[in-house]
Amino acid sequence: MIIYGQSDEPSPEIIKWDALQSILNTHSDSVYVINFWATWCKPCVAELPSFDSLSVAYRNKPVAVILVSLDFKRQYADKLIPFIQKNNISARVLLLDEPEYDLWINKIDKSWSGAIPATLIFHKPSKYHHFYEEEFTYSSLIQALPPHLKN
Amino acid sequence: MLKTYRFLTTLLILVLLGGFTFRFGHGLDVGDKAKDFRLLSASGKTVSLSTMSDVKGAIIIFTCNHCPFSQAYEDRIIALHKKYAPEGYPVIAINPNDASKVPDDSYENMQKRAQEKSFPFEYLYDESQETAKAYGASRTPHVFLLTKKNNKFYVAYIGGIDNNTDEPENVTKKYVEEAVDELIAGKPVTTSFTKAIGCSIKWKQN
Repeated sequence: MIIYGQSDEPSPEIIKWDALQSILNTHSDSVYVINFWATWCKPCVAELPSFDSLSVAYRNKPVAVILVSLDFKRQYADKLIPFIQKNNISARVLLLDEPEYDLWINKIDKSWSGAIPATLIFHKPSKYHHFYEEEFTYSSLIQALPPHLKN
Repeated sequence: MLKTYRFLTTLLILVLLGGFTFRFGHGLDVGDKAKDFRLLSASGKTVSLSTMSDVKGAIIIFTCNHCPFSQAYEDRIIALHKKYAPEGYPVIAINPNDASKVPDDSYENMQKRAQEKSFPFEYLYDESQETAKAYGASRTPHVFLLTKKNNKFYVAYIGGIDNNTDEPENVTKKYVEEAVDELIAGKPVTTSFTKAIGCSIKWKQN
């Protein structure tokens, strides 16, 4: 599966854990920037433009920005879709419909307490794997990319 | 030789300091002695563990007004208190958020919320955020179930309330209830730690 920052899909997919796991287990040589957020989370919404800018700025580079929404599934049509349209989000958005959080939080990263925003950045070929339970600005996000992408 | 000794001493101090700092940042683990607090409740009372003499424990829940995950659990938190306060395990809710970042979570708004929802439990304001830091709370809601042994409170469970935030009707694991039931029955807690998605605690800027 090849995933680049920009998606042609008109609306976000609702996915289960298996689909997210297959992204985590990718053999791709892309850098993955996976942000966990929700429309109701103020610090998440505040940092979202930085992730979207990253996906635009790196669209010709092997970088996949994926915004994993933890909005409730019933809020898909009346919260998530309008939010994405209103804010012109161009990065790929997935809604993870896995309400039993305890089953998968540790599989993203053992250091994650479950608070959002949270971001995982990984690059399989260089074994780069960093997890952040914190908020990003655009410049701190660029700083968090693996060394080979910073130039 | 002296140099080596100095180097080793420095190294030892660094390791100790490092370990200490790590502990401080980490908060409480299951089995640890709980830290006491002295906080103002929305009811106007000042509440601390040491003044709760006739209890067997306490269900400490870091929560707040504004967070949708906390709101989703409000009725279930009320139900927990009604079910377990008579058994000696009252709920003590603690709001740790910086009100300058989230005005909804100010003391006045806590009082309003407590009245609107007729909270039967104490809803405390951790204005200094020292209690949240001491416990290692990171999100709302975040439960620390305490049980009393020899007049001291110990942590018996840390984590979420149950396994479905949005659909109470689809809950299949009531983590807190199962843990309290086990404590009441004098049994060890089977699931003593879980993780859950929640709103990050809004810390003050240093």
